Amino acid sequence: MKTDPSGVLTGQHYLDGDHACGEGAMAAGCRFVAGYPITPSTEVVERISRRFPMMGGTFIQMEDEMASMAAIIGASWTGTKSMTVTSGPGFSLMMENIGLAAMMETPCVIVNVQRGGPSTGLPTNVGQADMMQARWGSHGDYEIIALSPQSPQEAFDVMIDAFNLSEIYRVPVMVMTDECVGHMTEKVVIPKAEDIEIVPRKLTDKPPGEFWPYVADRNMIPEFARAGDGYRFHSTGLTHNERGYPVMSAECQQECVTRLVDKIRLNAEDIVRFEEEDIDGADVVLVTYGITARVARRGIDIARNKGVKVGVIRLIVVWPFPERHIRELAPKIKAFVVPEINYGQIVLEVERCAAGQTLTVLVPHMGGTVHDPEDIANAILEAAK
Amino acid sequence: MSKVAEQIPTEEMEHPVAPYLRMDRIPHIWCPTCGIGTVVRCYADALEHSKIDLDKVAIVSGIGCTGRVAGYMRLDAFHTTHGRAIPFATGLKLGRPELLVTVFSGDGDLVGIGGNHFIHAARRNLDILVILVNNFIYGMTGGQNAPTTPTTARTSTMPFGNFERPFNLPHLAESCGATYVARWTSLHIRRLTKSFREAISRKGFRFVEVIAPCATLYARLNKLGTGFNLMRFYHDNAVIDHGADTRDLDISFQDRIICGKFVDKERPTYSEMMHEHYRNTLGDKFVPLPEEGGMIRDTGEKPDSKGKKPAKSQKRKASASKSSRK
Repeated sequence: MKTDPSGVLTGQHYLDGDHACGEGAMAAGCRFVAGYPITPSTEVVERISRRFPMMGGTFIQMEDEMASMAAIIGASWTGTKSMTVTSGPGFSLMMENIGLAAMMETPCVIVNVQRGGPSTGLPTNVGQADMMQARWGSHGDYEIIALSPQSPQEAFDVMIDAFNLSEIYRVPVMVMTDECVGHMTEKVVIPKAEDIEIVPRKLTDKPPGEFWPYVADRNMIPEFARAGDGYRFHSTGLTHNERGYPVMSAECQQECVTRLVDKIRLNAEDIVRFEEEDIDGADVVLVTYGITARVARRGIDIARNKGVKVGVIRLIVVWPFPERHIRELAPKIKAFVVPEINYGQIVLEVERCAAGQTLTVLVPHMGGTVHDPEDIANAILEAAK
Repeated sequence: MSKVAEQIPTEEMEHPVAPYLRMDRIPHIWCPTCGIGTVVRCYADALEHSKIDLDKVAIVSGIGCTGRVAGYMRLDAFHTTHGRAIPFATGLKLGRPELLVTVFSGDGDLVGIGGNHFIHAARRNLDILVILVNNFIYGMTGGQNAPTTPTTARTSTMPFGNFERPFNLPHLAESCGATYVARWTSLHIRRLTKSFREAISRKGFRFVEVIAPCATLYARLNKLGTGFNLMRFYHDNAVIDHGADTRDLDISFQDRIICGKFVDKERPTYSEMMHEHYRNTLGDKFVPLPEEGGMIRDTGEKPDSKGKKPAKSQKRKASASKSSRK
């Protein structure tokens, strides 16, 4: 369906990534946001809190990030598209309830404007070190979807995708942006509402009495009932059966967790998204995401000028990871080079998928600034030898 | 009454509270002589007598013995994470303002791990009913010390007796801004039910504390006998004092328990204050989140399964947004 025009600020704008992210959420139909202030993410909710009262949206500043995450799950069960926004320390506090959202299969979006960590780290400077936390941060087995934008324009665009994916797969979707994209101001074009396709909540057609909240369809996704529509359903963070009732058995655990994971894992080919450039005949392929993808442009140019055939895979959806693609590409190239603003996270996934068929090289940078492009160029030149 | 019971075969009889429960989940997990079931019964009775649309009632629990209540009530029911029932309920209530949202959980959940949410929801005067079953102990995990354990009482983590000072919950609730505050024991069935009915009919942050026996742990660790003995203790030591100063409501070990309704006043709720403020500052530009929820619907092309009209917010054009450029 087309989105609700009241949230769409159609036109050309000069926005930073945080504001673009907020605009993307509102354009996607988000009407409930709960958040707690944290640098460098706060501009997202500042924008939203200024615009929400005019479009039927509610923003509430909660007492902490645990509360923010719990509140958006509650709001999502009313059918209202819901989101929270944070950075590293707050992301850590949200983890338990992110698990609850995964277990209850609640559509919601979590934006993490990444800064340097661990702990309080570098509150005002860039980092990309929460990528594995996004994937594994809450306890137990579950799957989420994570996207990573490289510009304010893409911050707007991926917010629409994030809400849509959360509705399709009924999972928490993370938008893993970073301080640099968040505070970088660029041109952002917001399309007309009629050109923004959004996925509505998939409400059940079944009458109350015949509906159970966790009966899954062919794609392993259950139909949804809103609180207040007369279904009187039950949802729990405990291991549960199709009725949503807790069952403490190995059989139920097997069924429940397998589906939570497989609904993403087996649909991964439909979810993964990346851009490719000059892959055919490449010696070295750079695997990159977020702000680092742009910083790497200079490094790639330097390496190409020295005669190296460099291909690029830029991840837009980071989780699920394009596993098959990396595996098939690995034997055809000399090396993967993975620059990221951490001490090696996504590189582990590239290495796993390459499975020893080619060299995988990390270009680490601990954060505070983006990479020096020379470092990326040198890593490419070294790997191409 | 016994005559009636003789005439109707028991297999055809439905328990009066059955329509409010998920009978396919009975028997429940609570111990014999636990007080929680009684509180559930009183809540169900209060719902029945309040004549409210049960389709619009949602219940949220956290974790623990009382945390299992949501799982047995035949309402839209959410069993959430430890301590987070109130913020979850905050989202439910603000996401669909027409709902009557009840948080039904225990002392450890609501004022131990969830204490911060409790005080902030009361401060905001969020329009929810909070029922707190206080059994003075962490029951589900095996009898550990709670923020409500009376000083000197033994728990599994205070084996030589509790040396901490417990919360006086009615005082905490009132001082944070609750509009309705009452305390009963699970012995006070009639008064407790009346209190629930009153609380359901009020607005704002309504708080009812119910002292209930935990025979398996609290009574056993403190050599207080069975649940029956605790009920007898309530009978002998509960003092009803409506309107008592909440500062005087501390509970000491095996001492009197002051019960009653202590606060019943009106104060604008979070949503009322938000709406009034935005109407005053933004005038006609203000569009509240629709009572039936903020779900964006397909623009009139096909109504949803229940044939409802599209949400109000949809009809508005983008013009309102343009005035708010940052």
